[in-house]
Amino acid sequence: MSAAPRSPGRLARLLDSDIAYSFLHSPVALPSALVALLCIGGALLAPWIAPHDPFDLAGLNLLDAFTPPVFMPEGRLGFLLGTDDQGRDLLSTIMHGARISLLVGFSAVLFAMTLGVAIGLLAGYVGGSLDAVLMRIADIKLTFPTILIALLIDGVVRAALPRELHDRVALPVVIFSIGFANWVQFARTVRGSTLVEKNKEYVQAARVIGLHPLRIMASHVLPNVLGPVLVIATLNLGFAILAEATLSFLGVGVPPTQPSLGTLIRIGNDFLFSGEWWITVFPGLALVTMVLSINLLGDWLRDALNPKLR
Amino acid sequence: MTHAEAPTAASPTASPPAPPLAEAIGLRRDFDVSRPLLARLVAGEGRRRLRAVDEVSFAIARGETLALVGESGCGKSTVAKLMVGLYPPTGGRIRFDGAELGALASRRAQAAYRRRLQMIFQDPYASLNPRWRVRDIIAEPIRAFGLLPDRAAQRARVAELLTQVGLAPADGEKYPHEFSGGQRQRISIARALASAPEFLVCDEPTSALDVSVQAQILNLMKELQRQFGLTYLFISHNLAVVRHMADRLGVMYLGRIVEIGPAETVFATPRHPYTRLLLEALPDLEMTGRARTPVGGEVPNPIDPPPGCTFHPRCPLANARCRAERPELARHGTVEVACHAVEEGRLAEGAALPVAPAAGA
Amino acid sequence: MPLLEVQELRVEFPTRRGVLTALDGVSFAIEAGEVLGVVGESGAGKSLTGAAVIGLLEPPGRVAGGQILLDGRRIDGLPYEQMRRIRGREIGAIFQDPLTTLNPLYTVGQQLAETMLTHLPVNPAEARRRAIRWLEDVGIPGAAQRIDAYPHEFSGGMRQRVVIALALCAEPRLVIADEPTTALDVSIQAQIITLLKGLCREHGTAIMLITHDMGVIAETADRVAVMYAGRIAEIGPVRDVIKHARHPYTVGLMGSIPSLSARVERLAQIDGAMPRLAAIPPGCAFHPRCGHAFARCKSERPELMDAGGSSRAACWLHAADSASAMVAGAPREARPGDARPGDARPGAARQGVADDAR
Repeated sequence: MSAAPRSPGRLARLLDSDIAYSFLHSPVALPSALVALLCIGGALLAPWIAPHDPFDLAGLNLLDAFTPPVFMPEGRLGFLLGTDDQGRDLLSTIMHGARISLLVGFSAVLFAMTLGVAIGLLAGYVGGSLDAVLMRIADIKLTFPTILIALLIDGVVRAALPRELHDRVALPVVIFSIGFANWVQFARTVRGSTLVEKNKEYVQAARVIGLHPLRIMASHVLPNVLGPVLVIATLNLGFAILAEATLSFLGVGVPPTQPSLGTLIRIGNDFLFSGEWWITVFPGLALVTMVLSINLLGDWLRDALNPKLR
Repeated sequence: MTHAEAPTAASPTASPPAPPLAEAIGLRRDFDVSRPLLARLVAGEGRRRLRAVDEVSFAIARGETLALVGESGCGKSTVAKLMVGLYPPTGGRIRFDGAELGALASRRAQAAYRRRLQMIFQDPYASLNPRWRVRDIIAEPIRAFGLLPDRAAQRARVAELLTQVGLAPADGEKYPHEFSGGQRQRISIARALASAPEFLVCDEPTSALDVSVQAQILNLMKELQRQFGLTYLFISHNLAVVRHMADRLGVMYLGRIVEIGPAETVFATPRHPYTRLLLEALPDLEMTGRARTPVGGEVPNPIDPPPGCTFHPRCPLANARCRAERPELARHGTVEVACHAVEEGRLAEGAALPVAPAAGA
Repeated sequence: MPLLEVQELRVEFPTRRGVLTALDGVSFAIEAGEVLGVVGESGAGKSLTGAAVIGLLEPPGRVAGGQILLDGRRIDGLPYEQMRRIRGREIGAIFQDPLTTLNPLYTVGQQLAETMLTHLPVNPAEARRRAIRWLEDVGIPGAAQRIDAYPHEFSGGMRQRVVIALALCAEPRLVIADEPTTALDVSIQAQIITLLKGLCREHGTAIMLITHDMGVIAETADRVAVMYAGRIAEIGPVRDVIKHARHPYTVGLMGSIPSLSARVERLAQIDGAMPRLAAIPPGCAFHPRCGHAFARCKSERPELMDAGGSSRAACWLHAADSASAMVAGAPREARPGDARPGDARPGAARQGVADDAR
C-alpha cells in the first residue's frame, strides 16, 4: 500500500506471499525442508566433505572391512557408520551414493516433466483429434507399471548394445526409463490446466493479435500452468529416487562402478543375516529419510498452492 | 507511431455514401455440440449442431458505434469473436475496409488487418495474463506487429497509452493483481489501443464492473472514440448502457438480428415485439413502485429452435404464418425488422402490445 | 416494534495481517411486510449484512459488535441448532445461484415438503398438496407433474422460481434475497421480481433485497439503504434516495447509471474506487473521492443523521452544526470545478483513477 512507483522486487514479494507465510507456519514444511536440504547438500558436496574417498582404491584397506558403527563396542572413530566388506567408509559411500540417486532422480523428473508438459500443452491447446490420440497413448502407457517399463527399456538396451557400452550408457538409460515411465501425470495435469487457461480472455487477446500458437503456448499458457507441475515434480522426485533404488536393487540400474543407494542396499543385503546389518540398514535409512522429507515437502506444497484446502 | 492519433481519423460527420469500415454479410456459425463418439455410437445418434449465428448482416460506418443486444445465448458474443477472427465463420463473409478477411492468404496480409482491429473483453480478471507486468501486456501488440523496434520507443508508447486510459506511466511496472477491476479494464483498453487500431470489438466491456466504475469506463471509451475516430462494435445485454453508447442498434434473438436501425429510432419506436418486450422488461430508475407485465416464457433451447419465427412461442402477436414461415429482415423507414406482424401491419405503430401468453417452459 | 432491527452491527475478519472490519456500525430496521433494498458496489458489505442476519457468515468472519433483533429477540450468537430453526421458519433466503440452494439429489417436491414438514404442523400428504400449490403460485406450468422433477430438469428462471417457493413455503416473515436476479436474463429478471414482490405482498412477508442493480431496487423496494465500505451511507424512502440523494456517494452513484429515457453525452462519474477493507480511510470512508470533503470529514466519522425528508445520511454536510458553515462559505477544500450534490460532474476523467489501488 505504499506509494512507491515500482512494485517491490521478486524476493520481497516472495517473502510477503501467502506461500512464505504458510511455509514458516507449517509444522511439516520447515523441518522437512531442512532435512531434505541436509540430504541434498551432503550428497552434492560429497567429494569435498565426505570423510573418506570410497573410490580411491589406494586408500582402501581390507583390514578395515566390516568395522561396525562407532557406537558399537568394536566401532572406530574414523568410521562413524562403520565400513563395508571392502573396508570402505559407509558414511562416505552413502553420501556418494545419494549423489548418484539424486542425479538420476532429478534428471528423470526433469525429462518426464519436459516431455509431459510439452505433450499436455499440445493436447490441451490444439485439442481435437491430436488431443484424443495423445491422451489415449497416455491411457495405454498408464496400464504398464513404471518398473516394468524401466525393466523393458533396460532389457532392450542391454540386448541391443555390446557389453562394453553398457556401463557408459547405463546412467542415461536409467534416467530415460524412469522419466519415460512418469510423463503421463504431468501431461494430464498440464492438459487440464491448459483447457482452462486457453479459454481465458488473455489467451484470446493474444490470438486476436495473431500470435503463433506455439508462441501463445510458451509465453501465455505455460507460465500459468506451471504451479501444479511444480507440486507433481516434487512428489515425483521421491518416486523417481525410489524407482532408481528399486532398479539398482534388482541389478539393472546404475553400473556397480557408480553405486547408488539402491546398489548399496543390494550389496549390504548379502550381509544382513551374517550380523553386519549396518551395511544395508544405513543406506536404507538414508534413502527413507531423503524420500520422506522430499515427499512431505511436496505434500505441503500441494496444500499451500491449493486455495480450496486453506 | 509515437504520435497518438490514428493514421486515418475520420470526422464523425462523414457523408453517408462513404463505404462502411466493417461489414458482416450473411454471417453464420455452427458449433458441434455432439456427445463424444463412443456415447454417440452407443445411443445411435448422429452429430448435433447448434447454429449460434444465423445469416447475420450489418455494416458499421467509420467512427460509428453499432451495438448488438440480446439475452444470453442469442449469439451476440459469437458475432464479436467472428469479427476479430477468434472463430472462423461457417458461412458468410467479413469485410474490413473493402477487403475480405477470409480471403487473405498470407500471414503478413492478415497481420496488416489484425493490427487495425482489436478487441476489449468482458472479464477484467481473466483478460490480463497474471504473470506479466502491465508494461509487457500493453507492449505485446506493438512487439507482435513490429511497430516499434526500439525498446525505448516502446516504453514511451506504453507510458503514453497508460496516460491515455487514465493510469500513471509508473503503473506499467506492476502486475495485474495489484489493480482493481476498473483499472484492469483500463489496462485492457490500453492494450487494445496499442497497435493504433481503427475498429474495436467490445464484448460486454462493463458487465463485470460496478456501476460507478462502469460510468468511468464508458466515459473513457466515448472520449477515446472521439479522440481517435474509433469505430466500435459494442456487444451488451444492458439496454441502458447500449442506449448510452450506440449510434446504431441491432437486436438479436436466437442467433438472428430481428431489428436493426438507428439507436434513437429503435429506442423511440421499437417495432419488433421482442424489442418492445425487452424494453418493457428493463427496470428503470424512473419506475419506482411501478407494476408491469413482464415478458412471458424463456429463450428456447438453441439446439432445437422453434420453427418459423423463433420468437413465436413468446410473442403475443403470433399467428399460423409466424409458426411456419421464417420472417426475413424488411426495411421500414430507416429500420429493418424481421417480423410478419410488423410487415402485415397487424399491430399499429405505438399501440400497446397485448398481454404476453402465459409463461411456458 | 420493527420486525428486524440491526443495531451497530460490526463484522470482523481476522487475517494474518490484522483484523479487517468488514461491517462497521451498520444499523437499520425492517418493518413487517416492508421491502428494504440494500444496494452497494462489490465489497460494500451488502451480502455480508444479509449473511450476518441469517447467521451464515463464512468463517473466519464473526459478529464482533452490535446486535441483531428479530421481534425484539436477539438472534446473533445463537447456537447453531436454534439458528437453523429460525432460518426457514422465520427468515427465508434466496441466493443468486439457485443451484446452491437446491439439492440436486432430491426432487423439488421432496425439498418443498421437507421444509414444510420441518417447520410447519403438517402431515406428508398435506405438505405435498401445499408443495403443488406453491409451484403453481410461483408460475411453474404443470406443477402437479413437475413436482417430481429434479432441479436440473428446470431452466435457470424456473429454478429461481422453485427457490422462491422453497424460501416462502414455511411462511417466514422475512425473506433475505441476495442478488436474486443477477444470474438471469433481463426478461426473466422482470418475471422473478414481479413474482417475488407479489407473493410477499400477498403473504405479508418482509424482504431484505440485496442487489447492485438500482433499477431492481427502484421498482421493488419501499426503502433503500446505500452501503459504502462496510457502512450505510444513506437510508431512506426509495423515491427520496433516487430523486433527491443526500449523500455525495449516492449522488454520484445515481448519476453514473445510464438511463433508458434520456441520453447524456457523458455520465457522471465518481473517480477512484471503493477502498479495500485493509485501507479504509479515517473519518468518512468516502472523503478521498468526495468533492465536498472538508477537514472534519477526514478526521471524524459521520453517523447517520437526518438529512431532510425522511432520509438519513452519514455525511457531515447534513450535520446541524456544519450546515451553517456550508451556508456561510463554499465547502472547504473542495476541488475547483466540482459540482454540488445533484449535478453531474463533467471533466476529470483522468485524475485520480490511478491512485485507488494504493
